[in-house]
Amino acid sequence: MAQSIAKEFTKGLWTEIAPFRIVLGLCPILAVTNTVENGIGMGLATTFVLVFSNFFVSLFRNSIPAKVRIPCFIVIIATFVTIVELLMQAYTYPLFLKLGIFIPLIVVNCIVLGRAEAFASKNAPHLSIADGLGMGIGFTFSLAVLSAVREIFGTGAITFYETPIVLFGPSFEPFTFMVEAPGAFVCLGLLLCIMNLIPKK
Amino acid sequence: MREMIKMVMVLTIITAVSGGILSVLKTSTEEKIESQVLKFQKAPAIGAIFDTATNDPLKERFKIPTKVKDKDIEITFFPAVLEDGSKAVAFEAKGAGFGGDVGLMVGIDLETDKIIKARVTTHSETPGIGSRVKDDATYVSQFTGMGFDATFKLKNNGGDIDALSGATVTSKGVSVAAAQVKKLYLKLKPQILNKMK
Repeated sequence: MAQSIAKEFTKGLWTEIAPFRIVLGLCPILAVTNTVENGIGMGLATTFVLVFSNFFVSLFRNSIPAKVRIPCFIVIIATFVTIVELLMQAYTYPLFLKLGIFIPLIVVNCIVLGRAEAFASKNAPHLSIADGLGMGIGFTFSLAVLSAVREIFGTGAITFYETPIVLFGPSFEPFTFMVEAPGAFVCLGLLLCIMNLIPKK
Repeated sequence: MREMIKMVMVLTIITAVSGGILSVLKTSTEEKIESQVLKFQKAPAIGAIFDTATNDPLKERFKIPTKVKDKDIEITFFPAVLEDGSKAVAFEAKGAGFGGDVGLMVGIDLETDKIIKARVTTHSETPGIGSRVKDDATYVSQFTGMGFDATFKLKNNGGDIDALSGATVTSKGVSVAAAQVKKLYLKLKPQILNKMK
């Protein structure tokens, strides 16, 4: 049993890493990866929602009638998204201000609904938690990588808690377009290309 | 038929339970969120409006209960004594923008009844478009020096407020908030003066 938990957990980290392998959840990955802090914050919020929605969907999977399963899943997901939103407002307000509208949009993130439908509704709760956690961490990792590339080349530094760590000398001319919307598409395209060059196994 | 009843039952139970959980959480985080908003939204706005204040407007804040559209609410006022000795007060009102309510904090000189400065506080407008009403301080600088004889409507609706190009709905929210400020101020001025004695 421990083996299957480990298997469900690790698949989200590499072989099925959400944005790069199964190409889901592209809206947040394009929108909030302008700084590493935002990327990781968004990833953790999504992970929280994924783990809890997977757990509850899996717990009620036998009592939810097939015909209304999608509305039921969405209600469960939306509940946890609202919980995240309220908690972020109460405890990490500056991050909430930066992520703003993208937090409520986790409800329609394909990864969350996709895992509920494809995995949690067919598997036991402990496996669903492992799956949600793995997928969430994989997603956070992807956001962190993409936002690191964009922030480093876009500003020449990485900022945590408002203290920038400057990586290049003063002669470095930042590619400001990297932190803007077109830069997100270009970087994501390049990363997808690299991921496709690396074999899955 | 049985299947139908089961579907209705399950969905009703799930929505009811989640509604219950959320309302409990909402009430229990309300106070914390309010203090966060005060710290990160209102404090900088007030600091910008009353940059010459000789007292601490945040500490001396007081509430006055009133009615807006038949609803009982409490409005928080931030009193200030400015460098030149004049007394002023700031408070916030809201107007519906594009993504939700837009909050406008307005500082008013109590002697001349003129607006000292205004700042946008909480909003959920589109980043880069509607959010410019907050990020671009030159937009709200049009309120500076305005009196309450002005009409707080957008210019193309026959008022005195300039809209921010590309963000008309957000600008309208700001103008509605300003109109609300005017209404509340004219109504509550005696009580404000009474509290500040």
